[in-house]
Amino acid sequence: MAKHRSAYLNARLLDPESGLDQRGDLLVEDGVIVDLGPGIFDGGAPEGVEATDCGGDCLAPGLVDLRVQLREPGEEHKETIETGSAAAAAGGVTSLAALPNTEPVVDDVAGVEYIARRARETKLVKVYTYAAVTRGLEGRELTELGLLKAFGAVGFTDGLKPVADAMVLRRALAYGKTFGVTIVQHAQEPALSRGAMNAGELATRLGLPGIPPLAEVMMIERDLRLVEMTGGRYHAAQISTAAAVEAIAAAKARGLPVTCDTAPHYFTLNENAVGDYRTFAKVFPPLRREDDRRAVAEAVAGGVIDAVASDHSPHDQDSKRLPFEAADAGIVGLESLLPLSLELVHKGQMGLLDLLRRLSLAPAGILGLKAGRLAKGAPADLVLFDLELAGRLDPDSFRSKSKNSPFENHPIQGRVLRTVVDGRTIFQAE
Amino acid sequence: MTTPDSDAFGSRFPHRDLLGIAGLSPQEIVFLLDLAEGYVEVSRRAEKKQELLRGRTIINLFFESSTRTRTSFELAAKRLGADVINMSVAWSSIKKGETLIDTAMTLNAMHPDVLIVRHPDSGGVKLLSEKVNCAVINAGDGSHEHPTQALLDALTIRRRRGSIAGLEVAVCGDISHSRVARSNIHLLNTLGARVRVIAPPTLMPSAIDRLGVTPYFDLCAGLKDCDIVMMLRLQNERMQGSYVPSIREYFHFFGLDREKLKNAKPDALVMHPGPMNRGVEIDSELADDIDRSLIREQVEMGVAVRMACLDALTRGLQSNA
Repeated sequence: MAKHRSAYLNARLLDPESGLDQRGDLLVEDGVIVDLGPGIFDGGAPEGVEATDCGGDCLAPGLVDLRVQLREPGEEHKETIETGSAAAAAGGVTSLAALPNTEPVVDDVAGVEYIARRARETKLVKVYTYAAVTRGLEGRELTELGLLKAFGAVGFTDGLKPVADAMVLRRALAYGKTFGVTIVQHAQEPALSRGAMNAGELATRLGLPGIPPLAEVMMIERDLRLVEMTGGRYHAAQISTAAAVEAIAAAKARGLPVTCDTAPHYFTLNENAVGDYRTFAKVFPPLRREDDRRAVAEAVAGGVIDAVASDHSPHDQDSKRLPFEAADAGIVGLESLLPLSLELVHKGQMGLLDLLRRLSLAPAGILGLKAGRLAKGAPADLVLFDLELAGRLDPDSFRSKSKNSPFENHPIQGRVLRTVVDGRTIFQAE
Repeated sequence: MTTPDSDAFGSRFPHRDLLGIAGLSPQEIVFLLDLAEGYVEVSRRAEKKQELLRGRTIINLFFESSTRTRTSFELAAKRLGADVINMSVAWSSIKKGETLIDTAMTLNAMHPDVLIVRHPDSGGVKLLSEKVNCAVINAGDGSHEHPTQALLDALTIRRRRGSIAGLEVAVCGDISHSRVARSNIHLLNTLGARVRVIAPPTLMPSAIDRLGVTPYFDLCAGLKDCDIVMMLRLQNERMQGSYVPSIREYFHFFGLDREKLKNAKPDALVMHPGPMNRGVEIDSELADDIDRSLIREQVEMGVAVRMACLDALTRGLQSNA
C-alpha cells in the first residue's frame, strides 16, 4: 500500500529538544516525521505529496496540556470529550491529560478505559487521563496505582483536592515509586483555603473571605519532606506564589524528583482582575498580588516552573452568574493557552524555544509521553502558528462549550493556524 | 451599577442605586444627611404621611432575616406614601432551585420603582441590581456594605456633635465580618473623621490599615481619647470557639463597660447598630444610659435616613417606562 505523505514547506522549524530554530521543510509519512531541515525539497515537493506552504510561519511540536477538565462523564452540559477535544485542537494542543474529578470519579480501570474509548471515538487530539490517588477523591484509601498505570493512567491526582492526610500521601508516594508513577498534587492547604479570593486589601474591601498565599507554600513544604523521605515522584500543580516557586527551586537544587506547573492566568493577571466581584476571575488557587504574578512569570521563564498548562475548567453560566462566594472557580483555557503564553516571548522575558519546551516537551516528559519533539521518528503532532498576528481574545468564538474566560478583549499576539495529529490535520484557522 | 444621571430633576444624587458608601463623594453624603434632617422633623409630627412617593411601588426583598432594618425601610416608604411589599426569601432554598437572577427578573417584571435588598453574600445585591431596571438600595450584603446604617450613624453623630470632621471614632468588634464597619469606615473617612478599629486578631481582616484606619488589638488602648465608640454585634456562630474561645472571655477583653469607657474622652458617646447582645459586646446598664448611649436615637435616625435615600433615588426616576 502506498504510504501517505505530506510536506510542510518554508516553515520556521522549532524543536525545543535539539534547539532547532531554522527555516526549512518537514516531511511526514504515515503520521511520523521522516525528514526535516533546510532545503530538503530543493525546488519544491515531490509528486504525490500533499504539500503545504507555511509561508515562514512557526512549525512546532503540538502542545501537551497536562491539566484539563473535560467534564465527561457527569457534567456534559459544561464540556464533553468531543467539545473539549475540538477546543484543544483549536488551541494547538495535540495531547492532553484530563483530571479524574468527574462524576463518577476516574478511580478504577473501567473509568480509565471509558475515557480511552471515548477519545478513540472522537478522533481528534490524543486524550489521556489521570486516575485518582484515592478512591472517590476522599483522601483515605489508595486506588490501584499499579494496575491503573498499566491500563494507561498517565499520572495520579485527586484533582482540585490536595491529598491532605500526610500518611496517605506518604503511602501514595512510596507505593507509587515501585511503579514509577507521578503523584500530582493540587497543593493548597485545605483549612486555610476556605476563602473566595486572595487575602489582602481587595478581599477586605469586598468583604470576601481571603485565602492567604501561605496556604500554598506550607502544603508544598510538607509534601517535599515526604518526597525526600519516600523518593516518590511528585508534581505540584498550579503554582501561584513567589514563596512556592522558592520552595520548589530549593527542592530541585537538592535533587528531589519534583516538577511543577502553572497556568497563563497566574502570570498574566493579578487579583485586581476580580474587580467588582467578577466571577470569571475566580480561580483556585486565587489570582494573587502583582509581586506573586511577576515571580510566577520569572519562574516560567527561568524554568523553575517546568510546564505551562491551560487548567481548562469549563463552567456554564449558572455556575458563574452567582454571588462571588457561591460561584464556581475556574477558567476555560485551551484556546487561550498559546497566545497568552506568547506574551512572555513578545515582552522579551523568555525565548520562543524555551516557552515551547514548557508547553510541549516538558509536560510530555512529566506524563511519560513520546511527544513534544520535532525530530525524525517522532509522531507528526504539530502546531503551525503565526507568531506576530495581533488581535483580541473573543471567548464567544471558543469551540469549548463554556465561555468562562476573564480574557474577553484581552490583546494578544499570535494565532494558531493549523493543528496536526499523527499527520492528520484536525484544525485549520479560517 | 451606579450610573450618573442627568440633573434634569434637580437631583444632587446622581446615582441610580445606593449599593455602598465607597464611591460616594463627601457632597453626596452631606446631601443625603441634609435631606434626612428634614425627615427627622416630619417623623416627629403627629401627621407623618407624605405624598412624595404616592403611586410608587417599593419591594423589600430580604434574603436574610431581619426585623429592624426591614421595618425601618417599610416605615420610611410608607411615610412617603409608597406602596410597600415585603418579601422574605430563604437563600438556602433559592440556591437549590430558582437562582438569584431568576428572582430579580421575576420582580423586575412587576415594575417596582425601588428594590430594597438584603443578601447574605458580599456582592449579592450588586449582582441583582445589574439585572433590574429600577433603583436598588443595599440593605446589607454579606460582609461588604450596609450604607444606610453608616448614614444613620453619621446623622446621629452630626446632630449631637455638629460635625463629623476631626472626630476620633473607634469601631470595635467583629471587623472581619461586619458590613456596618466597612460602610462606616468609608463614610467617616470621607467626611474627615479619624477611625480606629479594635478587634481580636481573629476578627480583624488582613490589610485593614489600607482602608485608612488604625488597628488596635487592645480595647482600652484603642479607646484612648476617642469621641465616639461604635460597638458591633458579635454573631452567635462566631462565639462558639472558632473565632473567640468563649463569650465570657470576649466580654472580659472586648466588651464595653463603664470602666473601659473611662479611657475615652469624658463625654464620649456609645453607639451600636443593634440588635445588641447585652453582656457580650456591651454592658447592659451602659447601653441604657441616655447620657452616654445613642442607641435609641440611632433607631429614630434610621427611618429618617431611609426616607432621604428613597427620596433621593426616586427624584431621578422618570415615570417608570
